[in-house]
Amino acid sequence: MSKPVDHLNKIKHSLRRRNRAEARFRWYGRVAVFIGLAAVAVLFGDIISKGHGAFQATYINLSVAYNQDLIGVDNLTDPDELAMGNWQALPKAALRAQFPEVSGRSDKRKLSGLLSSGAGYDLKDRLLANPLLLGETESIWLLADDDIDTYYKSWLAGDAYAARLTDKQIIWIEQLHQQGQIRLQLNTNLFTRGDSREPEQAGIRGAVMGSLLTLVLTLMLSFPIGVSAAIYLEEFAPKNRWTDFIEVNINNLAAVPSIIFGLLGLAIFINFFHVPRSVPIVGGLVLTLMTLPTIIITSRAAIKSVPPSIRQAALGMGASKYQTVLHHVLPLALPGMLTGAIIGMAQALGETAPLLMIGMVAFIVDIPGSFTDPATVLPVQIFLWADSPERAFIEKTSAAIMVLLTFLIIMNTSAVWLRKRLERRW
Amino acid sequence: MSPTDTTKPAKVAKKSPALKTSAAALNKAAAPNKAAAPKKTAASKKPKAAAAKKPRVMAAPKMSSSQSLDVDDHKVTVGKSFSDNAKMTMRNINVFYGDKQAIYDVNIDIAKNEVIAMIGPSGCGKSTFLRTLNRMNDTVEGCRVEGEICMDGEDLYAPKLDVVELRARVGMVFQKPNPFPKSIYENVAYGPKIHGLADTRVDLDEIVENSLRKASLWEEVKERLHQPGTGLSGGQQQRLCIARAIAVSPEVILMDEPCSALDPIATAKIEELIEELSQNFTIAIVTHSMQQAARVSHRTAYFHLGKLIEVNPTEQVFTMPEHQLTEAYITGRFG
Ligand SMILES: Nc1ncnc2c1ncn2[C@@H]1O[C@H](COP(=O)(O)OP(=O)(O)OP(=O)(O)O)[C@@H](O)[C@H]1O
Ligand SMILES: [Mg+2]
Repeated sequence: MSKPVDHLNKIKHSLRRRNRAEARFRWYGRVAVFIGLAAVAVLFGDIISKGHGAFQATYINLSVAYNQDLIGVDNLTDPDELAMGNWQALPKAALRAQFPEVSGRSDKRKLSGLLSSGAGYDLKDRLLANPLLLGETESIWLLADDDIDTYYKSWLAGDAYAARLTDKQIIWIEQLHQQGQIRLQLNTNLFTRGDSREPEQAGIRGAVMGSLLTLVLTLMLSFPIGVSAAIYLEEFAPKNRWTDFIEVNINNLAAVPSIIFGLLGLAIFINFFHVPRSVPIVGGLVLTLMTLPTIIITSRAAIKSVPPSIRQAALGMGASKYQTVLHHVLPLALPGMLTGAIIGMAQALGETAPLLMIGMVAFIVDIPGSFTDPATVLPVQIFLWADSPERAFIEKTSAAIMVLLTFLIIMNTSAVWLRKRLERRW
Repeated sequence: MSPTDTTKPAKVAKKSPALKTSAAALNKAAAPNKAAAPKKTAASKKPKAAAAKKPRVMAAPKMSSSQSLDVDDHKVTVGKSFSDNAKMTMRNINVFYGDKQAIYDVNIDIAKNEVIAMIGPSGCGKSTFLRTLNRMNDTVEGCRVEGEICMDGEDLYAPKLDVVELRARVGMVFQKPNPFPKSIYENVAYGPKIHGLADTRVDLDEIVENSLRKASLWEEVKERLHQPGTGLSGGQQQRLCIARAIAVSPEVILMDEPCSALDPIATAKIEELIEELSQNFTIAIVTHSMQQAARVSHRTAYFHLGKLIEVNPTEQVFTMPEHQLTEAYITGRFG
């Protein structure tokens, strides 16, 4: 009689041990997930705290007189004359009217340093849009210089950072502040302009467009090529030493550092085929080389996961190999293929090193409109800004990172959504 | 050199240790076995004449003294493996997976409109044999088929024959129900669509309905034709697969353990169906259930370790098997 009881006790004892082991394991898992999430939270927290300021810019309110003599332009429709116009005179005059007591060359220069060097051109654009303003005076918010922007934001935050500003400039800012003539406003330049040497005028539109053009080309090339290669290798190619060799090399290619693809692109596309530097075509080609292995590998995995019974059913019905693949294998493998493609694209979006090699690191102000316009891409723009000495670029850098992360999150979410969506059909 | 050349068995004997020992056994064995060997090579020289030599093969029972439970001693299929009304004729079939031989020298006819059951222990090559009939072995890596298989006198392994056409004429139902992950309608319509059997949508609808009716599934699914075929029960899925196979009006239907995943009620339905289908189709069915073979088939073929041991009318196989191996199997001594 004692034996079964003994047996039960043993089981109970071992059960306690097993339960403890399980509980411990669950805790390891929780700690691991927590560490991962904490890392993400710290990263995002840091970037957002540094970058959120960039979405606002400092503007100064002045009454500007569109004085025809000052600009030296008679005919607003003549482009030559417009180009010759002394537009900077307008904001300077407005500042001097605001602070009539300022005298002396040095002080005057400091005074005009309150505004962005682009303020005159902003006024020109405004005047061209409303020609009736010529000869009139209006009160308008003008973009401040980046040093002023940095100072004003830090001063508002209670931790004033004067850096290169003179005492007089600080006093002027305080005066403007008291009169309510200086304020923070949504920084539309960030989203509408290309790169600039002046931080307050720099935007990421150029880089976003460059990334978009490059990625569109990458997707258009790498998805069809990658999927065809995967289908051929999985479904049609004989299994022999050659296909093993190819498989090994595709896996190798996936592990090759991306900068080497850049060198390859430089050697082949630019030096041999003479494709111009810095254009999205080269970028797209190089990134295609880079994402192809990823897409081929994920597509092959997706094709492999299609149950063989479906292929047998189709072949047994008298479908040809091609029909079997087209009608049955592809539709089932498509969600996996698309997920792979999106992950490949997300990788390509964040890729910097190979693009440095093919000249997409150039300073480009104009927003690219086609595959052959010189362009840069978001991660390279981040690299460029992070490398710039002006303090105002710090928050720009973080803002650009935030935009890049937003795109990445959108792409990865859509990958998950797409997979769920396509898989749920049956 | 034709694949049925007499030099073939010798070559195989060199390769296969199993046959080497059998060759040794042959030398030592009783005279009837020696007599059987030349007969067999004569038959393989002129495979088409083999049917005419039927009486000689059927004389096998006289040699029953030489039968043993050692399959290596087995040389010639006993029973009625040939038919005057053959739909398919198979001569000297050898099948290899790489170096491994899975089927040894099988000779058999399948008669028009008969249901022939293939039984035998697991791994004896029933599925392999069945797949040679619609060349599904072509899709298996490293699989090689030797010998002559004809349907209505036409060589199925002739280079100019298109397997697509062959598979439209010889349909197949697999062990596990494998409907396409598409609607019930599309499952059945797929074959007619790819073979261009229906000119209009109305024709196609008709084919689908008829096929589902023949598979006795119509009443159960007519309201949900456009719902996924994978949403049906296992038995319904298998009947859907049968409907799919008969939608292209094949001449022969191959079934590889079609009921192994089904419960007794679904099995009974499929068996009923096989009986009905045999009026229009020739059916070759592999089964592990001897009761099933007994219920549905006209003839039964017993395979053992890649060899065709005995073919006889089903009743005889289950009541008076000619060969000791068959008897051992159906009485449950192995399998
Ligand atoms: N793809 C393959 N590659 C190598 N050997 C195979 C392959 N398929 C089958 N075989 C071998 O061929 C022999 C016959 O296999 P087959 O599947 O025809 O047996 P079976 O009679 O259908 O068995 P079961 O009743 O278990 O389905 C077995 O020894 C098996 O191991
Ligand atoms: Mg089998």
